[in-house]
Parts: sequence; structure tokens; C-alpha cells
Amino acid sequence: MTVTAPDQAPVTDVPKAGATRLVDRVFKMRELAILLVFLVMIAVTQAGNSAFLSEQGIKDLLLNATILVLVATGQSLVVITRNVDLSVGSTLGISAFAAGTYLQGGGDSAVAVLLAVLMGVGFGLLNGLLVSLGQVPALVVTLGTLYIIRGIDSIWVGSRQITAADLPGGYVDFGSGGISAVPYLALIALAVLVTTAYYLKHFGSGRELYALGSNPEAARLAGIPVRKRILTAYTFCGALAGLAGALYLARFGNVDSGTGNGYELTVVSAVVVGGVVFTGGSGSVYGAALGALLLTSINSVLPALGVSSVWVLAINGILLILAIAVDRIVALRVADALKKRNARHG
Amino acid sequence: MTHPSDTGTAPVLALRDVSKSFGAVRALRDVSLELFPGEVHALAGENGAGKSTLIKTLAGVHRPDAGQVLLDGAPVVFHGPGDARAAGIAVIYQEPTLFPDLSIAENIFMGRRPRRALGRIDHRATRDATAALMRRLGVALDPDRPARGLSIADQQIVEIAKALSFDARVLIMDEPTAALTGSEVARLFGVVRALREQGAAVLFISHRLEEIFRICTRVTTLRDGGRIASEPLAGMTEDDLVRRMVGRDLDELYPKQEVSPGEVALSVRRLTREGVFTDVSFEVRRGEIVGLAGLVGAGRTEVARAIFGVDRWDAGEVTVDGKPLVNGAPSTAMAAGLALVPEDRRAQGLVMDMSIERNIGLTGLRKTVRAGLMDRGAERSRSLDWAVRLQVKYARIADAVSTLSGGNQQKVVLAKWLATGPKVLIIDEPTRGIDVGTKAEVHRLLSELAADGVAVLMISSDLPEVLGMADRVLVMHEGRLTAEIDRTDATEETVMAAATGRAAA
Ligand SMILES: Nc1ncnc2c1ncn2[C@@H]1O[C@H](COP(=O)(O)OP(=O)(O)OP(=O)(O)O)[C@@H](O)[C@H]1O
Ligand SMILES: [Mg+2]
Repeated sequence: MTVTAPDQAPVTDVPKAGATRLVDRVFKMRELAILLVFLVMIAVTQAGNSAFLSEQGIKDLLLNATILVLVATGQSLVVITRNVDLSVGSTLGISAFAAGTYLQGGGDSAVAVLLAVLMGVGFGLLNGLLVSLGQVPALVVTLGTLYIIRGIDSIWVGSRQITAADLPGGYVDFGSGGISAVPYLALIALAVLVTTAYYLKHFGSGRELYALGSNPEAARLAGIPVRKRILTAYTFCGALAGLAGALYLARFGNVDSGTGNGYELTVVSAVVVGGVVFTGGSGSVYGAALGALLLTSINSVLPALGVSSVWVLAINGILLILAIAVDRIVALRVADALKKRNARHG
Repeated sequence: MTHPSDTGTAPVLALRDVSKSFGAVRALRDVSLELFPGEVHALAGENGAGKSTLIKTLAGVHRPDAGQVLLDGAPVVFHGPGDARAAGIAVIYQEPTLFPDLSIAENIFMGRRPRRALGRIDHRATRDATAALMRRLGVALDPDRPARGLSIADQQIVEIAKALSFDARVLIMDEPTAALTGSEVARLFGVVRALREQGAAVLFISHRLEEIFRICTRVTTLRDGGRIASEPLAGMTEDDLVRRMVGRDLDELYPKQEVSPGEVALSVRRLTREGVFTDVSFEVRRGEIVGLAGLVGAGRTEVARAIFGVDRWDAGEVTVDGKPLVNGAPSTAMAAGLALVPEDRRAQGLVMDMSIERNIGLTGLRKTVRAGLMDRGAERSRSLDWAVRLQVKYARIADAVSTLSGGNQQKVVLAKWLATGPKVLIIDEPTRGIDVGTKAEVHRLLSELAADGVAVLMISSDLPEVLGMADRVLVMHEGRLTAEIDRTDATEETVMAAATGRAAA
């Protein structure tokens, strides 16, 4: 005998975008904010040192960012699913050396890149299987594979080293070449970035990555193939780490058993600074890429301003904490705005 | 009305002698159930009787230990929820299963969105379909807003929309109405009737018996995991049904004791939170139970949260025993003797992986600490005492709360706050998801607390409960108090009129 009032039940037109626009704007703003910080930083540096934005200067800026952008793009996918891949640095190192060894023996450049990518795919699959099958947190599993891969790398490489002189000239030239100020490598990274972003937004399986990071239990109940998706994210992340290894080789020409050591932390910083939330479910690869651009640029900005580069790490750390603080505050604000909107209907 | 099993149609979905255990708990034992096209079938039983377990077995979440699931008469094995869904079974689970970061539209169509060329998602079509569903349900929710921050009722509505979006052959609903008020329930039932006419089979769970009688044609009762009966509802009374569920006759459901109210304990003056509620003033005296009624979204929960200090208020004043409370400071509110049993119990009231005992003990930490150390013995005996008073059904008190049935989790939250011995108790939906037997028990407790001099503010969407228990009824409509009705004058008509803003009561 609950009271029935079917006739009087309020039928309001579904509001056009109200709350959404707000939320959308906030997230766009998040990316815009990094872009803004980046642009201000560049402008200040340029004002202090007019040689900074020369053609070569811009090229260096982009080249430096390229590899981090690639790995951060892959990492974003994993972080979006509420996981993390700490083995990317090791994967990058070992695939760079593998590609180098192959080229040293007179191999073909394209095959070398493919080899590096496949190697990454292999390690990505391994990570993905361990994370999705075992009930062990990704942090622990990939910390394990970080050491395992690094260990294999050390045993295999020993004290050997690959230098640019060992590589085909074309490969190295490609690594430093470009169309005026835009390096080829940056174009590759951009293509990967745009494709990934499009996939995440417009394909069901891409959205499902967000869904399962947002609420894993609900994802299972919605019939999303959770394991398969996690496996995909890790495989993709590994593939990009492998590709990054090949590009690293092309760019620096110099690889040894320590290559990529500690890189995972830079990658994770870039992703978080870029607004990909560590607890999964939100963020964009564009944000992560901007985060990567911002972090690597600091490396060039400080010397250009005559500041000692010992400050770089401290500044990275401050940026990271700032980013997290901003995210937190924004999240609270948004929650508040959404709650107020709730109360208005009915 | 003839019931479908007479007409010779075959069941779309059935369970045959299904058993399911969790460790030592036998949640289902040899249960059989048949769902026919065009029927709305009720599943009734006390908290922990095994209703949700049965549903999850039908939905492919659990695999039965023994017995079979039959689809169109043939045995099937669902390897996961996806399989059941592909077979045309839509499920609304007891606990909302939304993706907070995704939009409402994405939540509804996750996994099977309208596509464009090359398998890309058609965002526009998704959004339009969601808007259409919302219109069908008569709610104004923006399809593009994220699910994060939705009220419990709105989460339920999104769940309902999700299930409806399927055009399912079988619709299974585990307490879909628990958080809804009369008009939303009426809407939902309208939709369910339409589905029934189209030949869908519906399985419906609710602890509000009047709803079962309103919408269902047959009922299956479960008790302690076993099936008691499957029978037509026609000719049955609520008492018959209760007897099947609890195995005995029930005490008075609304055992309200007459109390003469003492001095004012809680006073709220001109409280305003911009855009949420405006100019809310009322008092609650010692010994009084004041009901706060209104439609979903009227701002009742928000007022309670502001009083307790979870949200800040923009203007106004709250005093407890004449002493003003600090804006936005729950700890001072608690120190002043205020307790708030929140609406969203799972998210705000429980540490799911902690034991029942520790959960109940949490609020009493200060009382069970001796010389800076926790007195586990005291905590245990206090927790046990409350668990027994509220008839929580558990295997061991040291089990994690996450293993309890939905209704028993609710009871743990109640126990946790009642154990603080508050002067002023604000209780948001005290019996949501709680079975009839315990409902009477909770009502008796509230009545006793009031008789002991506690001032009780009770928010409830269950109108009979408000009418049965409250000394005074406050009614909110769109963020304002629209009526204050004395117990003697309070009827469904007067309250609903004020709640819908149709008339000044
Ligand atoms: N995952 C689990 N682990 C252990 N025990 C469980 C689990 N799920 C359910 N149970 C137990 O199985 C029994 C039946 O639970 P179920 O959730 O089916 O009850 P219910 O009839 O839906 O009750 P309610 O009305 O409270 O929702 C309960 O004793 C519960 O504690
Ligand atoms: Mg249940």
C-alpha cells in the first residue's frame, strides 16, 4: 500500500548537457592546464635565452619527449585498468639491445624494429598473464618482472656495449633526422598517440578498459572479458616499450645492460602528472603525453636558463605532487557540483 | 487470473534441485523454480534466506554445486554473467554495479553499444537511447553525466534502465525498489506490466510485501536456503506470506509506544545549503520520533548530512541540547551525542573486509579502550549483544562483513550506530532491505530508544513506516519543508499531497 501517484509522477525533459559539460570541461581543463604550464615554461625560457627555440632547440625538445611519450601512452592503458607496469624500463632496455645486436650483424632496419616490438609483446603478455591469472597485485608482479628482465639482460649483455658505429648509418640518421624541426621519431610517436586515443574513445573494448578500472566487480557482472582486456592492455604497453627501445637505439645509438634503468618511475610520473588517475578509470593518453612532454622539457629548460640540472629531479617531484593535489581538489569540486545537481531534480 | 503453469506454456528459465554452499554456509539447498513467460514471479524470504544467491545462479555469477539451470527446458551451463546476458536474461543486482567514472549512457550500454562502421561506437545513438529510457522511466537524469555521486535512488534507476535496455526475455530484479519512493515505484511497475504483456518473465524481490501483492502473480518463498512453496498469490494474505517466510506469526509491525516528549534535543533553524535545500527549520524533542518524508531527491538525506556535519551548510544554525554545532565537523557532532545512520550503508558505513565484530565495534572504540589498548573482550561482547538483538544472520562473528547477505549488512551498520548510545539519532532509511521480521524488531528498538529519551529523526521512503512510527511527520518538497503533520492527522493523502507539492497540507 505504498502510495501511488502515477499520473502526477514528474516527467521532466532530460536536461541537455548540464552536469556533463561541467565535468567535460574540467577534464579538458586538466589537459589544458598542463599545456599552459608547458607553454609558460617555454615562453619564460625563450625570454631568458633567445637561442632556446631555434630549429635545433625545438627538435631536441621533441626528440627528448618522443620515447617517454610512447612508453607513457602504453602505461596509461594499463593504469586506466587500475594496474601498473613497472617493467617497462627493463623491456625498453632489453629490446633496444636485441635490435642493436641484430643490426650489428648486418640486419635490416625494419626487421630490427619489428624484433624489438615483438620482444615487448612477449614481456607484455607475460605480465598480463601473471596479473590477470594470479590474484597478486600488479605492483608486485611487475616489480618482479622488472628484476627478472633486467637480470636476463645483464647476463646476456654482460659488459658489452653497442655504439652508433656498430649500426647501419641509415638507422642512426633516421633517429636524428626529420622534416625541418619535426623529427621522424616524434611523428611515429604522434601517430601511435592519436591512434590509441581514437581507439580508447571510439571502440567498445577501449571503453571497457575504463569500465574495468572504474569498478572491476561491476565489469565482471556486465560480462566484460576482464582477463582478456587486462592482457590486451599489458601487451600493448609492452609493445610500445619495445618500440620505444628500437627508437632509443636509433636516437642514441648507445645501448648497454643499464639502458632504461629506473625509467619506469619517470614513465609513471609522466602518466600521473598528465592526469591519468592511479586508481583507474579516468584520464587520457593525450594527458599522459603532455605530462611526458612537460617532464622532459624541464631537462632542457634548466640548462638553457643556467640553472644547475641537479634541480631537475626535485622539480619533477614537486610537479608530481602538485598534479596529485590538483586532481584531488578538482575531484572534490566536481563531486560537490554533481551532488548539488542531484538534489535539484525530483 | 490463471497462472501460467496451468496453461501449458513451458518455462523460459528454471532451476532444478539446485544447491550452493559458501564454505560451511548452505545458501541454497535443492531449490527448484520455474519462470513462465508473461508472469511476474515474487521471490520472498528473510535476510540471508538465499534470494540473491538464487538470482546470481540464474545470472551465471555462481555455478551451482548441484542441480541444473534450464533454459527453454534444456539444461545450460553459464560460464559467466556474459553467457546469461547473451541468453536474454537481464539482472538488477541488489547492490548497484555502476562505473563511477563513466557516463550514465555508457553505464547503461556497456558492452553492447550501438555501432557505426568499423565497429566504432555510435556515441549519439547511445545517448539518444539513454534519453529515451529515462523518459520511459520518467526521470530527469542527464545521460552524459558520470555515475559518480549519484544518489542511491538514482543509481537504482540507472540499474533499472540498464536492465530495460536489453529487451530481455527474462528480467530479474533484486530489491530494485528498496531506495525508491511511491512515484518511482509506480513508474517501474508500469514498465514491468508492459514487459509482462510483451511476454517477458519477471522475477521480483522486495521486502515490501505490499509491492509483491501489487505486481506479482506467483510467489516462491525461501527459508534458510530451502524452498517452502511456489504458489499463486491470488487468495493469499500478507500474513500467509509472512508465515511462510519466517515460519511463525509475526508481532506487531509498528509497535509504537506512546511517549510524552521532553525538552528540545535537536533544533535546526533556517538551515540552507545553496541549490540543495532552503530555509529548513524544525525541532526534535527527547522521546520523540519525527519522520521526514518526501520524494526521492527532495533533499532529505542532504539535510541529515548537513546536520551531522558531513556536508557544510551555507546559512542557519543547528543546536543539540541548546549548544550550537560546528559547521562541517562530524566529530564534534558525535561528541555532542549525535549519530547518523547513513543511507548508503555499503559505501559509508562498513569496512567490507573487516569482521562483523570489528565493524560494530568501530564507533565504540573510545569506550572499549583501556589504558590506551583495545579491550577486545569488551568489544566482542558488545558486538555480540547487538548482533543478537538485531538478529544478524552470520556463521561466525569474526567473518568478514562482505560475506553477509545485503540485509544483514544493513543490520551491522544499524548495530554499529545504535551501539554508540546517542542522544539524538538521525536514521536514513532504517529498514531499507531489511526483512519483515527484523523490520518489526528495528521499529521496536527505535520505539524503545525514544522511550528512553533519545530524540529520533527518521528519514524513510516507506510511507507506512513513517505513518506507523512517527509522532510528527515533516514533509520536504524540492528542498523545502512543505508541511509538518501531527501523528493524528497524518495519512497517506496528506503526506503525499505535501510531498508532491500539490497542496498546502
Ligand atoms: N560470497 C559469499 N561468501 C560467503 N557467504 C555468502 C556469500 N554470499 C552469500 N553468503 C551467505 O549465503 C546466505 C544467503 O545469502 P543471500 O545473499 O542469498 O541472502 P538474501 O536472501 O539475498 O538476503 P537479503 O534479503 O538480506 O538480501 C547468507 O547466509 C550469506 O551470509
Ligand atoms: Mg539479497
